[in-house]
Amino acid sequence: MIQFEHVTKKFGSVTALDDVSLRLDKGKIIGVLGANGSGKSTFLKLIAGLIFPTAGNVLVDGEKVTRKISRKVAYLSELDAYYDSFTVQDMLDFYASQFSDFRTEKARDILAFMQIDPSKKWKQLSKGGRGRAKIAFALAREAPILLMDEPLSGLDPMVRESIVKGLVSFVDLERQTIVMTTHEIDEVEPLLDEAVFLRNGTVAERVHVDELRETSRDSVVNRLKKIYKGEERP
Amino acid sequence: MAEEFDTTKPIYIQIMERINKKIVRNEWKAGEKLPSVREMAVETGVNPNTIQRTYSELERMGIVETRRGQGTFVTENAEVIERLRERLKRDIVADFVRNMTELGFTLDEMIATLKNYEGDEEGGEQ
Repeated sequence: MIQFEHVTKKFGSVTALDDVSLRLDKGKIIGVLGANGSGKSTFLKLIAGLIFPTAGNVLVDGEKVTRKISRKVAYLSELDAYYDSFTVQDMLDFYASQFSDFRTEKARDILAFMQIDPSKKWKQLSKGGRGRAKIAFALAREAPILLMDEPLSGLDPMVRESIVKGLVSFVDLERQTIVMTTHEIDEVEPLLDEAVFLRNGTVAERVHVDELRETSRDSVVNRLKKIYKGEERP
Repeated sequence: MAEEFDTTKPIYIQIMERINKKIVRNEWKAGEKLPSVREMAVETGVNPNTIQRTYSELERMGIVETRRGQGTFVTENAEVIERLRERLKRDIVADFVRNMTELGFTLDEMIATLKNYEGDEEGGEQ
């Protein structure tokens, strides 16, 4: 379980998150959605213990988030932070050495499912190959919380489909929770249990996806557009 | 993704409708095992929790039954399947009649149209 208690995060004079309180339950796939600059990445990084609140608390399973939270939280960055000369296998070994919950066998299965050759060097992989490999490494951890920052961004539709199928095949929702940010809402919507809409660093709304459809006959994309409608864009 | 969904209707209901159609068409026969929740989730690109909800709902309606440790199976109760078949038929007829009534057709005209119907143009050319 993830809890935000009156969390504010400022970067200098810029407020990225403004007094956010919410609770995310276990065993769900949750989308954090909003325009660029709405606070999505900040939200994930606070859970990952990569940055800390200016005010308020972030708790994971009742425990205040510190750097050590990486035991429980797998964080998939939208950036690449790997050595070009490393092979996929080298990285697999690296992950196994860093995380006790990393399952090498599972990683191999996911890489095979995603059709990634472990002997390839990172720099030899296409952007789509890297995107899939990163997902494979994140999913191979038995971490209770998986955070994914824009996992589909900039990838072609075939790669996006392969990633979505990989996620559904290998996530263990009995034990894991996924929180992801994305702009590819149409494609991700069938994956989501819940959506949290951020706007200007605050939670504009939070919905259960099927309930939204049932009671408002509205899709997540439409809802997001409505939330942002009429707002001046810089 | 793998399958398109109507954005204004809960996904669990849309998957339920697809399964119901397969059962009524006898594509999935009485007593046949359904794909596991995971298989179905991968096939449709849908959250496994949603598929679980679909299966629970179908079970509540008596259309499928879950046997512990074995999986989910289409009911062997022919009466339940027959009722489902009737219900789907009535739903479609109700839609048809509503649409036709909106256009001002009488019931007699509708019946005449159905009797003389030879499929849509593409079908007619075959």
